[in-house]
Amino acid sequence: MKSVLVIGGGIAGIQASLDLADRGIKVHLVEKTPSIGGVMAQLDKTFPTLDCSMCILAPKMIECFRHPNITLHTLSEVSKVTGSAGDFYVNILEKARYVDASKCTGCGLCSEKCPVRLPSEFQAGMGTRKAIYMPFPQAVPLVACIDSEHCLYFQKGVCRVCEKLCPAVAIDYEQQPREVEVNVSSIIAATGFETYNPQEIGEYGYGRYKNVLTALEFERLICASGPTGGKLERPSDAKISHRIAFVQCVGSRDHRVGVPYCSSICCMYATKEAVLIKEHDPESAVTVFYIDLKVFGQGFQDFVERARDDWGVRYIRGRPGEIREHPFTKDLTIWYENTDTGKVSKTEVDLVVLCTAMVPRPENKELADVLGVELDEYGFLKAQDPLSNPIETNIPGIYVCGCCHGPRDIPESITEASGAVAKAAELIVKVADGGEG
Amino acid sequence: MTMGEPIVPRIGVFVCHCGINIGGIVDVPSVVEYAEKLPGVVYAEDNLYSCSSDGLNKLKEGIKQHNLNRVVVASCTPRTHESLFQDACEEAGLNKYLFEMANIRDQCSWVHMHEPEAATEKAKGLVRMAVAKARLLEPQEEPEIDINPTSLVIGGGISGLTSALSLSEQGFKVHLVEKQPELGGMLLQLEKLFPSDRDSMELLRPRIDSARSNPNIELHTTSKVKSVKGFIGNFDVEIESQEGDVKKLNVGTIIVATGAENLEPVGLYGYGEDERVITQLQLEKMFKDGSLEGVRTVVMIQCVGSRNEERPYCSRVCCNEAVKNALLLLKESGTRREVYILYRDLQTYGTHYSSMEWDAKKQGVKLIKYQAERPPEVISERDAVIVNVYSPLLDEEMSLRSDLVVLSTPLIPTEDAKELSQLLKVPLNSDGFFMEAHVKLRPIDFATDGIYLCGTAHSPKDVSESISQALGVASRAAIPMARGRLRTAAITAEVDESKCSGCGTCIELCPYNAITKDEREIARITSAVCKGCGVCGASCPERAITMHHFTDEQLGAEGLAALGRVDD
Repeated sequence: MKSVLVIGGGIAGIQASLDLADRGIKVHLVEKTPSIGGVMAQLDKTFPTLDCSMCILAPKMIECFRHPNITLHTLSEVSKVTGSAGDFYVNILEKARYVDASKCTGCGLCSEKCPVRLPSEFQAGMGTRKAIYMPFPQAVPLVACIDSEHCLYFQKGVCRVCEKLCPAVAIDYEQQPREVEVNVSSIIAATGFETYNPQEIGEYGYGRYKNVLTALEFERLICASGPTGGKLERPSDAKISHRIAFVQCVGSRDHRVGVPYCSSICCMYATKEAVLIKEHDPESAVTVFYIDLKVFGQGFQDFVERARDDWGVRYIRGRPGEIREHPFTKDLTIWYENTDTGKVSKTEVDLVVLCTAMVPRPENKELADVLGVELDEYGFLKAQDPLSNPIETNIPGIYVCGCCHGPRDIPESITEASGAVAKAAELIVKVADGGEG
Repeated sequence: MTMGEPIVPRIGVFVCHCGINIGGIVDVPSVVEYAEKLPGVVYAEDNLYSCSSDGLNKLKEGIKQHNLNRVVVASCTPRTHESLFQDACEEAGLNKYLFEMANIRDQCSWVHMHEPEAATEKAKGLVRMAVAKARLLEPQEEPEIDINPTSLVIGGGISGLTSALSLSEQGFKVHLVEKQPELGGMLLQLEKLFPSDRDSMELLRPRIDSARSNPNIELHTTSKVKSVKGFIGNFDVEIESQEGDVKKLNVGTIIVATGAENLEPVGLYGYGEDERVITQLQLEKMFKDGSLEGVRTVVMIQCVGSRNEERPYCSRVCCNEAVKNALLLLKESGTRREVYILYRDLQTYGTHYSSMEWDAKKQGVKLIKYQAERPPEVISERDAVIVNVYSPLLDEEMSLRSDLVVLSTPLIPTEDAKELSQLLKVPLNSDGFFMEAHVKLRPIDFATDGIYLCGTAHSPKDVSESISQALGVASRAAIPMARGRLRTAAITAEVDESKCSGCGTCIELCPYNAITKDEREIARITSAVCKGCGVCGASCPERAITMHHFTDEQLGAEGLAALGRVDD
């Protein structure tokens, strides 16, 4: 029986891989970064149940790693696809790690001693990593990799400290990228999303004001495995923040900048983050500025009510007009119109969290070209028919799931991933019966 | 099982820092030091993350190097991580039931984060208890069962049809049960489907035709599920037709796709008293019948009977249905129409509904926000229905003269959801919808193996989301059926026949119908059905029932250890 290619190792790609593998279908799982896990690995808790995100995700990541039917290709990209439904030939470009995965034990000694410090992608830039690193302690595979663009040896020909120290003799500066060809029956795209960079919304001061963060940055700040160990130390002066405001629809529902659509999940993750602050310190003053509270999912309305009534989170209807920073204290003043009362007011806070839009990955364009699938007007991968056929694309045998085709939450992504597996399995049966392919 | 020969326990204890999740509060090295001295423990170590691949390798190496025959991991919750550690034990050649877990994260570092010393003491206590139990653990065998590659799909709406068709395409046999004479469900009542403005029959017709002609699908219309017995792989189901004919089926998996109903808003905003006050569903019918001539001004009211005390949930689809119908009203009429939507929070989420919202604004649909504490007022007059609404944005009371008032009412659980939940022994949530195993990670499985859930039986959702879920369950249900065989848990109850008096107490209490009386009037437990909940064991007056892996002896030792006793 032929394999299936899954592109993207976030929660959608992980679920698709496990469903396929569990029913006996071989899987090639391709992930661009050094570890699978995706955005869900970066989250502190998940709404509305406040499950620890990594705690519920990590077992699935490990399962992917250990499953005899799954071949993991990390630091890899799909470079070429030929063939058709039931019989695709796919080239996977595995970039060099410069570390021998069969020898590395993930002990971390190399990172400890590496002299080059860089912003950590996993910590959303809130913390640092080294030029030789594992993205996070639960990374899968737990194998170091060298960022050759910043490594002193690659850039200046000096150092080689990691090589000297590695007890497993796993460092290999000569390692070359490798291209492998696999023959698969179908392809599941699960490449996810990224978050909008709010710098172009000048009035909110992101990038200029240190204490204005995006929600993903805040997620790392409040997480026990984050750079501050979960303490809400604000970037300007490490003061513990007690007055925190969330601004919804930053780059969403906006025709002037960003994207016109609602990103579906921000009202809920802001509510979650607000409750987490209150759990840390019930005396904190937490405000959520919103346009419409999107409570359309199961248990969402109840969650907002608990946040408001039990935890004392303040919800104000209105999109703030401007945020100003105090030149000395770096405290922030938010100017807003409360559209429930029509009154213009201001409020002073220690920290502002911008709930930024979910936007398509820029590399979708390239992927769409390689796969031959269409993109929608925003740059998301396009389902053939969003109403009746939300999982198939214009190319038979290529399926989409998760946020690569628009904003959705974790359970929806997981559900679609399973759905894509059903389609992939149908195709395998059809080809085996001599239908098409 | 190795009975008789005394086994000298060689216990290994692995204490996890969980980064700083545990290690930041609990003094992990001192817990390790403490564990090393407990009777039966021959090895103890700490791990940064016991669940990482590195941590699991250390566990496996530990088992081999120190010849361990019992393993205790002190880390997080068994709910998420037990099977991971058990698998690692098996890979190292140790029966997975020789593993025990102490939850020193949830029960120590999290709940006592402000008292690190007390948290550390408690962690030691939990490790002491786990070790005491581990000393008495015995290996267990997991029975294998066959899976009948046939599925029962309950409900013939868009969800059930989609699941049934996909499963049949994957090569499985399907019984599709529908209580109505016709397939199609709720969609039969709708006109156009958002967001693409297509006729609902265009979507339904090909699916209904395929289901009717597919040799792998057996249809049972005007039928209901009457009884369900058995377990994953081997459910015995009786279905009863309207005429009272009963058919017996054997299936391996069951899919619940029974849909939802629309709330009839009797007594709200003049519904039932003034025939110009209707629901969105009735408006859909008027579109179909073409009876909207002469209607100039339409006012829609959102959240009628939802997001209130009685029904706290948001019904997800009504805002989008209202926006779609508003656009249809404008499009349909040659003359000019005025459409108002009075809403609380507009639930136009995602790319498609957002663009529909912008479209509606562009076309002149008037969106007026109202406050829950000041709902609109509907007054019937002879030649118009007056809707008074306070707009907080304008700080103004507005009065709208309308020809038609359309109430957006929520999807509610079907009348027979409760009955079916009892037949299948699966739970409903507080809103009365069927409840999944885990809201984040197992959104379409039930906690009971072999039973799955999709569509609006789970919660309100649109057609596209229902189709995604229906395909999703077609994958979930196919996994055991494709494998053909399955290992079931060994944590089950067993009756000591020499002690059983045949009183039947356990039979009454068993929530899974796993216990029957044999011909000697002695209780017999079907282990594939038994979930190991322990109710029978706790209630047996003769103490004739043993719970494997949770024996009285093991629990007694754990309890004594909790009180500080550590016997050698």
